[in-house]
Amino acid sequence: MLDLYGRGWQMLEGGLVTVQLCLTVLPFMIVIGLLGASAKLSRYRTLRVIGESYTVLIRGIPELLVILLIYFGGTIAVQSLAEAISGEETRVDIPAFWSGVAALALVQGAFASEVFRAAMQSIPIGQIEAATACGMTPMQIFMRIKLPQLWRFALPGLNNLFQVLIKDTALISVVGVEEIMRKAAIGAGTEKAPFTFYLVAMLIFLSFTTVSLLVFNYLEKRAARGVARA
Amino acid sequence: MFEDFIYVLGKYDTWLWRGFLLTIELLVISVTLGTLLAIPLAVARVSKKVWIQALPFAFIYVFRGTPLIGQLFMMYYGVGQLIANIDGIQDHWTWTYLRDPYWYCLLTFVLNTAAYVAEIMRGGIQNVPNGELEAARACGMSPWITYRRIIFPRMWQMIWPAYTNDVIFTLKATSLASTVTMMELTGAARKIVARTALPYEAFISAGVIYLIIVYSLTFGFKGIERYLRRSEQRNEPKTGRAKAATSA
Repeated sequence: MLDLYGRGWQMLEGGLVTVQLCLTVLPFMIVIGLLGASAKLSRYRTLRVIGESYTVLIRGIPELLVILLIYFGGTIAVQSLAEAISGEETRVDIPAFWSGVAALALVQGAFASEVFRAAMQSIPIGQIEAATACGMTPMQIFMRIKLPQLWRFALPGLNNLFQVLIKDTALISVVGVEEIMRKAAIGAGTEKAPFTFYLVAMLIFLSFTTVSLLVFNYLEKRAARGVARA
Repeated sequence: MFEDFIYVLGKYDTWLWRGFLLTIELLVISVTLGTLLAIPLAVARVSKKVWIQALPFAFIYVFRGTPLIGQLFMMYYGVGQLIANIDGIQDHWTWTYLRDPYWYCLLTFVLNTAAYVAEIMRGGIQNVPNGELEAARACGMSPWITYRRIIFPRMWQMIWPAYTNDVIFTLKATSLASTVTMMELTGAARKIVARTALPYEAFISAGVIYLIIVYSLTFGFKGIERYLRRSEQRNEPKTGRAKAATSA
């Protein structure tokens, strides 16, 4: 019972894949989020429209649909692109792992852009004016003034997003990536013990979300250490 | 490219329509029952007694801390199997219902929605200004009447934007029913892809329908928000046009 019919290690392997998925998506999510937030606050109308419609589109479509679209549609797109370049019939397979990463980065990036937009807007305008008066370039202002504070303002939102991300990686099992849910499904099928396997899977997920919560709470406390509190 | 869209929409319109109806059905039942269940959970969650608080806390923690697809599989395959193993259950009249994924989906969505809504309700209840509670007590209101007249109306005002988000979240969550063979919108799209091998056309059509649902919901809920906040609007300075209308 405790070693799960000898499949305990496989569940842990699945857990490792889930961690890999989360940590691979995280940087993409942050970069897409920062780009999206900058686009939304841009002074150019075109960029603002692009940024806003990206969020509007992603917010209204289920994650599962995005994952399926990128997995099935992405293969066809890349394949026809490869055929157009090489001029002959080629067979391309996008690994399910990377199509899953792309889908989740796209979805979470949209939500992250909202978090970063709000964080950028909570930076006092006086600081930006002071930096401009000191002769900093926009890039310097971003690196020296905005980014260090952005981190603190965005952390609670990112905490939430990372929780959602951990739970959303379970959806990638639908396209066959062998993370926790997929391993549990395999175990449940072969050993005819679905309740046990899914229970273990849920416990692993619960421990992941708990750890992420604790880490983010620590980071939030750390990020606020230089700030006077009422 | 557009011929394929017209082909998919023309040939499989009934599948998408039925999928749409099932999605709406799942959404309405999950949100209604989930919200009803969330109210007692939230009230128990803000209790000062630890033994009353503990159970809803654990419930909310587990349902918010695990993926919905896992909860669904746990219900449908896990609990389903435990039920199927009961002696003679397969000859019982309830078996038609007990093996139907529809009921497992609904149960999971209702519980999941209840957990998320209870959490935002907890925030709303705890943010009711203390002065209003003291005033209610000074007027001699019992806890039950205080909840009905003061806390709940205030809570709905405060949580409505978050609640709207949660309803949209539940709508997107219903797409998971397709993983247990239900033919809602995503399920219909997946079946069309399996039949025609046209993933863009089928998934994008479904996506557009989801977008239409989401933005109609947002629009409707905005209207309700204005209604909930009608008491605040009364105190706001009126705009020039409104003033002109009243003076005329």
